[in-house]
Amino acid sequence: MTADPYAATESETTQGRVFTVTGQDWDSIVTGIAEDQDDKVVVNMGPQHPSTHGVLRLILELEGETVTEARCGIGYLHTGIEKNMEYRTWVQGVTFCTRMDYLSPFYNEATYVLGVEKLLDITDDIPEKAQVMRVLLMELNRISSHLVCIATGGMEIGALTVMTIGFRERELVLDLFELITGLRMNHAFIRPGGVAQDMPAGALDEIRDFIKLMKKRLPEYADLCNANPIFKARLVDVGHLDLAGCLALGLSGPPLRATGYPWDLRKSQPYSGYEDYDFEVQTWDTADAYGRFRIRLAEMWESLKIVEQAVERLAGLEGAPVMVADKKIAWPSQLAIGSDGMGNSLDHIKHIMGESMEGLIHHFKLVTEGFRVPAGQAYVPIESPRGELGAHVVSDGGTRPFRVHFRDPSFTNLQATSVMSEGGQVADVIVAIASIDPVMGGVDR
Amino acid sequence: MTDGQDPSTDVVAADAAPVAAGEVISRHEGMFGVSGTGDTSGFGGLVRTVELPGASTPPYGGWMDDVASDLATAAAAAGVENAVEKVVVHRDEITFFIRREDLLPVVKLLRDDEKLRFEFCAGVNGVHYPDDAGRELHAVYHLLSMTHNRRIRLEVTAPDADPHIPSVCATYPTADWHEREAFDFFGLIFDGHPALTRIQMPDDWPGHPQRKDYPLGGIPVEYKGATIPPPDQRRSYN
Repeated sequence: MTADPYAATESETTQGRVFTVTGQDWDSIVTGIAEDQDDKVVVNMGPQHPSTHGVLRLILELEGETVTEARCGIGYLHTGIEKNMEYRTWVQGVTFCTRMDYLSPFYNEATYVLGVEKLLDITDDIPEKAQVMRVLLMELNRISSHLVCIATGGMEIGALTVMTIGFRERELVLDLFELITGLRMNHAFIRPGGVAQDMPAGALDEIRDFIKLMKKRLPEYADLCNANPIFKARLVDVGHLDLAGCLALGLSGPPLRATGYPWDLRKSQPYSGYEDYDFEVQTWDTADAYGRFRIRLAEMWESLKIVEQAVERLAGLEGAPVMVADKKIAWPSQLAIGSDGMGNSLDHIKHIMGESMEGLIHHFKLVTEGFRVPAGQAYVPIESPRGELGAHVVSDGGTRPFRVHFRDPSFTNLQATSVMSEGGQVADVIVAIASIDPVMGGVDR
Repeated sequence: MTDGQDPSTDVVAADAAPVAAGEVISRHEGMFGVSGTGDTSGFGGLVRTVELPGASTPPYGGWMDDVASDLATAAAAAGVENAVEKVVVHRDEITFFIRREDLLPVVKLLRDDEKLRFEFCAGVNGVHYPDDAGRELHAVYHLLSMTHNRRIRLEVTAPDADPHIPSVCATYPTADWHEREAFDFFGLIFDGHPALTRIQMPDDWPGHPQRKDYPLGGIPVEYKGATIPPPDQRRSYN
């Protein structure tokens, strides 16, 4: 019989005894530690662990059940997206950055595109319909992202029903994304100058049905969790971080608002026309994991409100342009649904292949070379579901980004792991991290 | 072929013109991998100068003047009156170029001074300008004042030969991971950082991947008999 590579092992190192356990073999570690005089145990948790909220490695120093030190190891999902973007055109960059924080793709696209548009100095030329569609998609995305946060957060503390209903509703949002953009994630839909295509027929009715359904379903989360004694016992007073701590560590989003400070970039520094929508900034005053949960729940209601208003505005904008009028920037072709799925619109192909040589040249130049963006740098942060998400966009005047750096809120907020969990119990580390809601695709990029 | 349109004289003329507010940092010749004469495509004669927005002079407009003058007053009181090398206002965003030796007192003033109150640091980002001699590495800080609802940008430069910049961790603890990332990707050494180690790349990784002299990597892809080189080796418009 060959040796089981996953079997429990034990070895001596200069740092002390090392146990490798994978579950169901805890006896070896228990007896091993009992022999040692030292109470201190360093536990490596992850990067492949179902409760670390992604490919996150935690290094915990324990004394009994108490965490005395907690450190994060990140970088397991680093894919070099920022470097890759330097070798593609400005429009292609959207295709890359949408894959960073995979739970809020529209926000990645939006902050990058807003930066590019600022450098192009066309921020005021973006058509109204494109703005409304961006807001609509971002707010639907906020709902789906918060649902995943609540769902996985519930799963990590053993509340499996919260997970199943969370993913049930998220699926409905993804269906809407698929209807509008053609894809459930990695949309590359928000482009410099506007959005990739117009709303498809019947989409507004689908969204209205979704809003109606969500208004019935959202109270289920409140009924399940808000006053649930087990849920509260796990979340209340766990992962505490007050306002001073949040600002020092650069935390934004729900953790900051859970301290009672109503800071929301949609209100304080509006972009994409957020000043035209009626909604409230949600706060809580406990600065703990429970407060962050309640804020996310309440924000989903606010997002529904914004989606409702956006749908009404879109109903009055039928046929309006969704791309900037400047043909030197606007993507030449629009997508259309054909018999074999989505692709370039046949009308456009007919135009450039059969009718207009200039049209073909223009299409070729814009698609292969792209447009040039004036040299300079811009930073247009937006309020993503996790906090301040901003792209620092640097151009040298060429057809490609010179440097794009994403200030991802997951990356910054994750720094609070040690402060939030040291002195607590091992089980609280999971809750504290889930309450930050880090998405490792955004942390590592 | 190049008579009368010698690219070098054009550049000198552009450089000497006092109206050119921009700052020329590099010059690209040719396109599609073609440079110099001997090629009839004409691409070899193309010249592109990279010109970043240059220094602005006051008034900068609106609250930016307040921040600039408040910072100047506070810096003078703290004995670092020459801290600001230049101010660039571009696309409604203000950038203060800070001498690296004065960075620490300046960020402390920016955070603590009552009129400034930039209590939130959104992070540190590196940018590598390989042709900007003596100022190749830039560290860019985005600061936010929630009290006054303003945003500014600080930029600190360091030469490749001496990539040291003081760490702002003591003032903005959030810069911890951001500085580690800038070190990891650019080789910027933040003096005074509590534990400046790699954060995204493995600990034993050679080189700093976001630098311009670090290749993207990749292998040629063959498809139906044709071979497509990796993205960084393809012909490009830049």
